[in-house]
Amino acid sequence: MSIRQGLLAMLDNGPRYGAQLRAEFETRTGATWPLNVGQVYTTLARLERDGLVEAEGQDGAGHISYRITDAGSREVALWFASPVEREAPARDELAIKLAFAVTVPGLDVRTLIGRQRTATLGALQDYTALKDSLYDDPDELPWLLVLESLIFGAEAEVRWLDHVEARVARAAEQRADGDAPARTFSGQQVSR
Amino acid sequence: MSDPVLSLRTVSRVHGTGAGEVVALHALDLDVRAGELVAVMGPSGSGKSTLLHLAGGLDQPTSGEVLVEGRSLGGMSKNALAAVRRRAIGYVFQDFNLVPALTVAENVALPLELDGMRAKAARAKALVALGELEIADLADRFPDDVSGGQRQRVAIARAVVGDRRLVLADEPTGALDSTTGEQVLRLLRRRVEAGAAAVLVTHEARHAAWANRVVFLRDGRLVDESRRSLDPSSLLANRSLT
Repeated sequence: MSIRQGLLAMLDNGPRYGAQLRAEFETRTGATWPLNVGQVYTTLARLERDGLVEAEGQDGAGHISYRITDAGSREVALWFASPVEREAPARDELAIKLAFAVTVPGLDVRTLIGRQRTATLGALQDYTALKDSLYDDPDELPWLLVLESLIFGAEAEVRWLDHVEARVARAAEQRADGDAPARTFSGQQVSR
Repeated sequence: MSDPVLSLRTVSRVHGTGAGEVVALHALDLDVRAGELVAVMGPSGSGKSTLLHLAGGLDQPTSGEVLVEGRSLGGMSKNALAAVRRRAIGYVFQDFNLVPALTVAENVALPLELDGMRAKAARAKALVALGELEIADLADRFPDDVSGGQRQRVAIARAVVGDRRLVLADEPTGALDSTTGEQVLRLLRRRVEAGAAAVLVTHEARHAAWANRVVFLRDGRLVDESRRSLDPSSLLANRSLT
């Protein structure tokens, strides 16, 4: 989601001025994405330029209120109807570190994996304790969803570490037995 | 710090002899105190179930000592051990292990009645336990007439009825969907916060994360351990986690 999409989606619920949009944006993203009011007004200016919102005029306190145009509403509908595209994966520091580690002779990769699993489990325990403390507060739903995304991510990392550990152990056994399968040029294993 | 409710002291368990000998647990030390939920993780065959069986007096260690509320299970007669199991230890199993011919309240009261308590008093205690788990209204229904999540709540009520202080749970969320499983873990936590000690065996990191402490077994040895931070609310003060 971009700031632009977020602001448009909120304006689709009715006119708002900049400070309202900033506060609501933070609430709706579980306060994980703090905005400054300068970002809000810059984005509003671009939306107005593109014909997606228009200024309604000032209230008594000098706030300029904005409302969405029909073109803006169509863009919001299109955004919600479209799945989020997967971007090119970011470089995963842990995956790269472990990939590197298995090539270093004499390094105790199992211990390295164990330490990482302990650290990730600790983070998972902290996220879960926090989730438990917010559970019954309906106002915390946006933040709970973000927190649960972190929980599922950490859980996936632990499962992947278990998998890496098993794979490294199997590779070590194969090396010890001296019966590692031959490889073709394409990297596929073939039986001897 | 309170005395441990459960202590495993240099506990080993060996199955078989000679060439067929398998060391299921190797000189393991573990203390679980009141107010503490400890999760046990590890690959298949790492000794998780053996640990739980030894903690519950369902199996005896080859060497070492298991103590529940300070009393060693090793030197006890069969009758004394059975009494400790009924009065101090509660089990929660993946498949609930409820008796289908008994009502929910009768299932929960069963360990108390087996211990010699009169039916009326046992039912009163069962209703208290069911009330704590917010299912007192199911008391007179049969296990087959309630949902999977409700059945597991009944199993927890049976595990804690009569103020048993040690709860041993073996994959208690395995048969439940994700949301219902989470409710069961929250209930287990509430029980621990009310003064019980609990050991949870699970292969799911997301479920283990409800514990104060997660211990990791491999080849019968305790190889890793992780704990909650003392103040996880510090995460709340700074929500810039993403």
